[in-house]
This record gives sequence, structure tokens and C-alpha cells, in this order.
Amino acid sequence: MTDLWIVIIVLGLGSFGLRFVFLGLVGDRAMPDWLLRHLRYTAVAVMPALVAPLVVWPTATNGETDPLRLIAAAAALVVGYVWKSLYGAVGAGAAVMISGAWLPF
Amino acid sequence: MDHTDAMSSYWRGMRTALPFLFVVAPFAMLFGVVAADAGLNLFEIISFSVVVIAGAAQFTAVQLMQDGAPTLVVIVSALAVNLRMAMYSASITPHLGHLPMWKRVLVAYFLVDQTFAASIVEYEKRPEMTVPQKFAYFMGVMTPICPFWYLFTIVGALVGEAVPPELGLDFALPIAFIALFAPALRTGAHRAAALVAAIMALSFAWLPYNLGLIVGALSGMMTGADVERRAGLPADRRPGA
Repeated sequence: MTDLWIVIIVLGLGSFGLRFVFLGLVGDRAMPDWLLRHLRYTAVAVMPALVAPLVVWPTATNGETDPLRLIAAAAALVVGYVWKSLYGAVGAGAAVMISGAWLPF
Repeated sequence: MDHTDAMSSYWRGMRTALPFLFVVAPFAMLFGVVAADAGLNLFEIISFSVVVIAGAAQFTAVQLMQDGAPTLVVIVSALAVNLRMAMYSASITPHLGHLPMWKRVLVAYFLVDQTFAASIVEYEKRPEMTVPQKFAYFMGVMTPICPFWYLFTIVGALVGEAVPPELGLDFALPIAFIALFAPALRTGAHRAAALVAAIMALSFAWLPYNLGLIVGALSGMMTGADVERRAGLPADRRPGA
């Protein structure tokens, strides 16, 4: 991780820039609709795209699909979606992973 | 603007945001744990939280660095995760855009999911608030959130060194991300965006430099926007959701 400090500093500046761009520079002029429409889906697109390969081909198993991790991911997804609870979802996923550490399946 | 009014707005904001402490503290700890697990030292971890102050982007960056992704891909991906901050900025500007520049800089730095959500709800509920009251309220909301983000990152980094590897800690990050986006899948457009993003990211995982992530994310965003446009859904008033 030799480039760690570059990442920290550029990411810090970039994140600040995103937060400051309208507040500090644009004022209250309206943004185009097509842009807003795409921005609305950034979070729900970027995160699944990031997570899906990690779930299907986990780093810890050298990319071999692991039933335990699939179940943990599914549990987190279902609990988070149905109950709209961030910590419920983390708890469900963690419970599966922890039980997997001690149960022989 | 009366000083007492600003103080009461500040305290009201702080009381409102107090429950967020129970959301922020474990999440900050989780970042500390994951970052320590990735080999970052305490100073690097705390710097990350103070300089970047954005949970999901920090997780993204650490994960991609661990995967050995090129620095540019790490930065672009983490900033993509943070694009919603621009939506928050746009949305809060009509309320706080008249503040002096140094206060706008301060608000921008502390503009995170929870401070935005708590403040915008209050501003819309009480349109009679003055700009100084709104600023005081925002700083009140920030108080139980941002300092504790730093503090619990340190706690997590110290705890992380004590967690045994057979607990599958590598999987804490994917679980944390799933927990973040699953409750946000409110409409068909959101669900379609997530599904297409995941499928495309898997299909293009063979691309170098983690470009599969970018392909997946862009496909998902275009899908969400397209489904929304076709369905003629009313414009969602909550940005970044």
C-alpha cells in the first residue's frame, strides 16, 4: 500500500469537493433532470457492483465460491431489504459467519 | 439573530441526532477493524477517517487497495460511492447557501449521510427558521456524529488486532455494504439498478484494473434512470437514496 497517502489525500479533497460543489460554488441553480435521475441510483448501483464479485469469489478462499459466505450475504440482503435495518442486516450476516466458524458444515 | 435562539437550535439538533450515535459508533469501529486487518497502522487509519470522513468510500478504498487495484481506480471508485454527497450539497444549498464562506466550508466538510438527513427533515418541517438557526441546528446534529466517527475508528483499529482470523472478518466489509444498500432498494428502479449492477460487475469481472466495477456501476445507474423515466415515476424528493 505504498500509494496509501495519495489515496487518503486525493480522496479527502475529492469528497470535500463533492460536498462543497453546490453549497460553495453553484448556489441554488437547478441541475439538469437527466443528471439528477442518474445520481439518484449511484449508491444502489456502485455498492452491489462492488460486493457481487466479493460474495461469489471471496478473497479469503482464493476465489473459490463458499456456501457459508453466500448464505451470510443472502441473510444480510433479506434482513436489510425486508426490515429496512442496517444493523439487523449486519447482525444477520455476522450471525451466519460466526456460526460457520464453529459449526462443521 | 438572537444568541439564545441559535443555542436552542444547537441543542435541539444535538438531541435529534443522539440516536445516530448508535449507528455511527459500530460502523466506525467496523472501519477501524477492517483497515487494521488490511495492514494500515493506527495513524493511517485515523487520518483516513478525519481526512475523508465518509464510511462507504473509506471501505471501498481499503477493499480495492487490498485487491491491488491501481491508485486511479481506487480513487475513482471511492469517489463514485461518494457521488451522493453532491446530491446532498445541492439539496441543502437553498437552506445554507447564504452563510459566509467559512461556514459553508465547515458545513461541506461535515456533510455526511446522517447530518444531511437529520437537518433537511428539520428545515422542511420548520421553514420559519433563520439561516443562523439552521446553521446552529446543523452543528448540533454534527456534534454526536462526526467526533464519534473519529473516536470509534480508533477503538475499532485497536479491537481489530484482537479478532481471530477464523471468524471470517474478511467478509465484514461485503456484509456492511449489503446492509447499507439493501434498505435503500425502495422502488423497482432501485432494485433494477442494483440487480443489473451486480450482474454486469460479475460478467465483466475479467476486465483489468477492477474496471468491471465501473461497468457494473454505470450500467446500474443507467438502468435505474431508465426504469424511472419509463415508469414516469414522480421525481424522488430524497436525493441520494
